[in-house]
Amino acid sequence: MTDISVEVCGLRLRNPTMLASGVLDETARSMLAVAKSGAGAIVTKSIGIEPRSGHPNPSVVELEDGLLNAMGLPNPGIDLFSKEVKEARKGGVPIIGSVFGGTEEEIAELAGMMAEAGADAVELNLSCPHAKGYGAELGSSPERVETSCRLAKRACGVPVFAKLTPNTSYIAELAKAAERGGADAVVAINTLKGMAIDPEAGMPILGNRFGGLSGPAIKPVGIRCVYEIYESVEIPVIGVGGVTTGRDAVEYIMAGAQAVQLGTAVWIRGEKVFREVCREISQFMKENGYDSVKEMLGVAHSGRH
Amino acid sequence: MLTLAGIRLLSVRKNSSETASVKTVRLGGELEAVPGQFVMVWVPGKDEFPMSVSYPGSNFGITYQVLGEGTRALAEMANGKKVGIRGPYGRGFSIKGRKLLMIGGGVGMAPIAPLVDIARAKRLSVDLVIGAKTSDDLLFERRATRAGAKVHISTDDGTKGFKGFASELATELLDSAGPDHVFACGPEKMIVKIVAAASRRKIPMQASLERHMKCGIGICDSCALDGVHVCKEGPVFPLEELRKFGDLGVTKLDPAGRRVPV
Ligand SMILES: Cc1cc2nc3c(=O)[nH]c(=O)nc-3n(C[C@H](O)[C@H](O)[C@H](O)COP(=O)(O)OP(=O)(O)OC[C@H]3O[C@@H](n4cnc5c(N)ncnc54)[C@H](O)[C@@H]3O)c2cc1C
Ligand SMILES: Cc1cc2nc3c(=O)[nH]c(=O)nc-3n(C[C@H](O)[C@H](O)[C@H](O)COP(=O)(O)O)c2cc1C
Repeated sequence: MTDISVEVCGLRLRNPTMLASGVLDETARSMLAVAKSGAGAIVTKSIGIEPRSGHPNPSVVELEDGLLNAMGLPNPGIDLFSKEVKEARKGGVPIIGSVFGGTEEEIAELAGMMAEAGADAVELNLSCPHAKGYGAELGSSPERVETSCRLAKRACGVPVFAKLTPNTSYIAELAKAAERGGADAVVAINTLKGMAIDPEAGMPILGNRFGGLSGPAIKPVGIRCVYEIYESVEIPVIGVGGVTTGRDAVEYIMAGAQAVQLGTAVWIRGEKVFREVCREISQFMKENGYDSVKEMLGVAHSGRH
Repeated sequence: MLTLAGIRLLSVRKNSSETASVKTVRLGGELEAVPGQFVMVWVPGKDEFPMSVSYPGSNFGITYQVLGEGTRALAEMANGKKVGIRGPYGRGFSIKGRKLLMIGGGVGMAPIAPLVDIARAKRLSVDLVIGAKTSDDLLFERRATRAGAKVHISTDDGTKGFKGFASELATELLDSAGPDHVFACGPEKMIVKIVAAASRRKIPMQASLERHMKCGIGICDSCALDGVHVCKEGPVFPLEELRKFGDLGVTKLDPAGRRVPV
């Protein structure tokens, strides 16, 4: 029997697919719909202390092999969002509350409030590449990543995940810093900082000029990051970046990810993508003689050239 | 054809006034769209916002109310200036029935006008309510009359036709004109009233809804309505779905995702 359920930091997931932060997760009803469509867990939109409208439109550019986005962390603020978390939990899958902040203290405070709202785990977004003052600057400093994790751990009693930026040459160092700070898992990767210019208009398309690249285009970067991190830390890794098919998920698992997150794939294949990717993972496992996801974990490290 | 993903830059061919506050811009380019589908309109350097297609096909166009910074910038664009378009997106109206009642409230006439054109080209009977605050704001009356629709005018202030809300005139026509399918676009309060009236009479209907849209492609959750994404699963919904929306006519999300009254 092929079993695709997994356990990550004590969270039992019926399958290894999670909804990535920022996609269809600003309202409880949307998260409930994604839970119904088969996701094993849901990561909420990144939430801050105050309401934020985000960057001016255009906030997405559709590319052949992915998306460029500069939503700019729009969110209603933690006070209002707490209600959405409570409601979303009725879907019966773990809700992982994503938070962002300008300082380590703010991030920790938000982590505590997320846990209080009922989140099963907290994901620290230490990696948004396009919101000034948040994420990127803090998230590319190992010291600040470590402190953020340490303070967040102190502020809440649920597992803490540190979501890392690939916009650095030392992602494994960031992962080690998160582990030192007491993070229960690392999530890699957030989007790659990018830009698109419309030649006819002669100007950047995104309202914020800079944005983050996601989707199939970034999968090789995500795989490499997960592979490097897996060799550097003991804590679990969750893989994100371009997972669109079951084979993509298997690739991440073999690189060392205990679970994967899907964002842009929802645009490419619709909400049904969760169920389909799970079916494809099962199919792959059957064809290749794997009985559990665990058997595939990190196998690409042992048989290397 | 312009149905590929990504922004296409098109030139303003004609940017003309329909009423004091509504303009139509024709963009030299072809865009096939079902009435009710929308495009994301990028005014380079200013803003990008959703607009229904009011003229599908070659020399396609949109009809817009001049409201804030984005539409003001669009209104000032001279011939030859470039506008970015992506889409068409979403689910449009699907023509059903033989005796149709259509209602366009205010700039809600933008997607209804091409629907009238198509229904009339199929020789279907069309009773059309055009509603506006005052007679100067009536949109596409001549276009619909030419297409052969039976046009009924309503103005809130009674300066032309029926005095009152378009939903009241539409409710009368549900009984007197005997439609077998209803199509509506306009203010949400108007749609809510027509949904109630059509439900009571068990007459099928479709209506186009509006929510704040950022991505337009069903991922960002800004246009969520009871867990449904208006940009992708809508903006046009059939009666069965309209009736299920607890938030219809009650709350919507602002750009930060806070619930505010409609
Ligand atoms: C599917 C759809 C089709 C539409 N079709 C038409 C149309 O054919 N003609 C027309 O005149 N208007 C249409 N609208 C409304 C139109 O998008 C807004 O009037 C326009 O964005 C206003 O922009 P602004 O910058 O001029 O005004 P702002 O000052 O930015 O805003 C004025 C008001 O417009 C609304 N608005 C602003 N940005 C958006 C957005 N991104 N999405 C939705 N609403 C917004 C808000 O309610 C706001 O209060 C449509 C909206 C949707 C969702
Ligand atoms: C529209 C959009 C919004 C996003 N918002 C967030 C966010 O609020 N917080 C966050 O940590 N990541 C955010 N991300 C990044 C994703 O969670 C994910 O890390 C990235 O898109 C790579 O995965 P994918 O290729 O499956 O999309 C966003 C991505 C997209 C496309």
